[in-house]
Amino acid sequence: MTTKATTPVEGAAIVASDLVVTFGDTMAVNKVSLSVEPGEVVALLGPNGAGKTTTLRCLEGYLSPTSGLVRVLGVDPVAEHRAVVDKMGCMLQGGGIYPSMRVRETLNLFAAYYPNPRDPGELSSLLGLNHLAKTTWRRLSGGEQQRLSLALALIGRPSVLFLDEPTAGVDPEGRLVIRDVVASLKDEGAAMVLTSHELSEVDAVADRLVFLAQGAVLAAGTRASLTAALESGSTFQSRPGLDLEVLSLALECQVTESRLGHYALSGSLSGGELEKLVTALAAQGAALETFSASSGLEDLYHALYADQPVQDTMPTSRRRRR
Amino acid sequence: MKMLLAQINVELALALRKGETLLLTIGIPVMFLCFFSAVSVVHSPTPKRVDFLFPGILALSVMSTAMVSLSISTGFERGYGVIVRLFMTPLGRGRLLAAKVVTIAVVEVLQVVVLGLTAMVLGYHFPSGTKFTGLFVVVALVILATLGFAGIGLITAGRLKPEVNLAAANGLYLVLLLISGMVIPLSSLGSFASVARLLPSTALAEGLHAVMSFGTPIGSSTWVVLVLWAVIAPSLASRLFQFE
Repeated sequence: MTTKATTPVEGAAIVASDLVVTFGDTMAVNKVSLSVEPGEVVALLGPNGAGKTTTLRCLEGYLSPTSGLVRVLGVDPVAEHRAVVDKMGCMLQGGGIYPSMRVRETLNLFAAYYPNPRDPGELSSLLGLNHLAKTTWRRLSGGEQQRLSLALALIGRPSVLFLDEPTAGVDPEGRLVIRDVVASLKDEGAAMVLTSHELSEVDAVADRLVFLAQGAVLAAGTRASLTAALESGSTFQSRPGLDLEVLSLALECQVTESRLGHYALSGSLSGGELEKLVTALAAQGAALETFSASSGLEDLYHALYADQPVQDTMPTSRRRRR
Repeated sequence: MKMLLAQINVELALALRKGETLLLTIGIPVMFLCFFSAVSVVHSPTPKRVDFLFPGILALSVMSTAMVSLSISTGFERGYGVIVRLFMTPLGRGRLLAAKVVTIAVVEVLQVVVLGLTAMVLGYHFPSGTKFTGLFVVVALVILATLGFAGIGLITAGRLKPEVNLAAANGLYLVLLLISGMVIPLSSLGSFASVARLLPSTALAEGLHAVMSFGTPIGSSTWVVLVLWAVIAPSLASRLFQFE
């Protein structure tokens, strides 16, 4: 398994180096390093309490790190917050919008905060919010609230974006919209850091992945490099509890059960070798339910966190700076 | 300036859109003024009840706007994550605070107009001979008290959970209403009056009564109490306020 963190790169839009955040005796972030270049999307992944949001809060300049270095567009986002805040777009978990404010009113207000804002009407169309112009925040569905939050993050034409769970609670149509928006921002050269539990969405938009566990970087890199490093290849589903030793012998590679009924092979099977798998399964009275020539992000995730202890979520009352 | 104006516009719209805010800041004070002027429930030290009640109710209104209403709305904004979200925009702490101050000032002007007109209808007259200087003194008293009340409101809003803060702000409102000489004269409180005089609400009510009910000078202790609260409470609020 790789445990190499992404090292800061010169010219990167976002840099964190040996970032440490402690709350009392609890180490929420433990020597996390990452860098994001313009036009790049980096996803912070991990279970609840892994340190994703705390890392993001440091990058946004909201939380002072206990130690380590953070730079956003070359400046310290805590000490020089005003110098960089108009170039940052942030999407918070939970939105942070006045509940009685209407959609259009909110967009207009946020547009007034920035020197060269995007047109609220255009953003409203882009994110499918036109028909909700007079609806108050509290009356929006979870997905609509997420789309408005994203619109607010985009309204100042940011060069860097921090998106905390951007697709949580969003319907499939909304996810496509958000995915398209992220792709176009990437094309425009925006650097983005996002957190998510929606692995399929992350897989669709992220260039690089940083897996966090108990505040530290567990693994980091592109999906391809991580898959290669983990020596994970094809995956398949069948009945749970197969004899892995017998299967490994038959297929001449290591077979592991990553989750109940989900199996991962240390190498990739070719079309001809697939027959060997079917035969080996049949010998155990099992059938091949699904097969994937290369492992997906979900398999990678489960392989990485297989040995990790279940973590407690950090109490939000301790995540304070200001 | 564009940011500040937009924020003031929204703060005002949100304040005036909420029925409960209007009830607290204008409805209840007007009802109190009308009811206690018409019915002899408490002893009035002035021949006409409204002459004593109007300054007291005005003090109550200032307290309801600058402390209770500000505290409740800020507490819920904090609970909803609005304060954190605004931190991540170029608006900045100063403009947000300025927008809130202007909103309080506008609502207070509205209160003075509505209560003043109601009081005049009920027969209130400003003590003769001190009108011009008296008005300046009233403005100074209200500004100092507003700062003190706002500080207290922001301390509780910035430390307590929104629901707890809601209860605390309303509880404080009721207690201060009863012990600050706004409606019930301080002389009715006996020895407790000397402790009550240390409160900003009492100092404001006493100051306003002196100028607006009796046309007498304000005691230096009233100014001292108001100035101390105006300095200490906002300073404490800026130290203790937590964004979330």
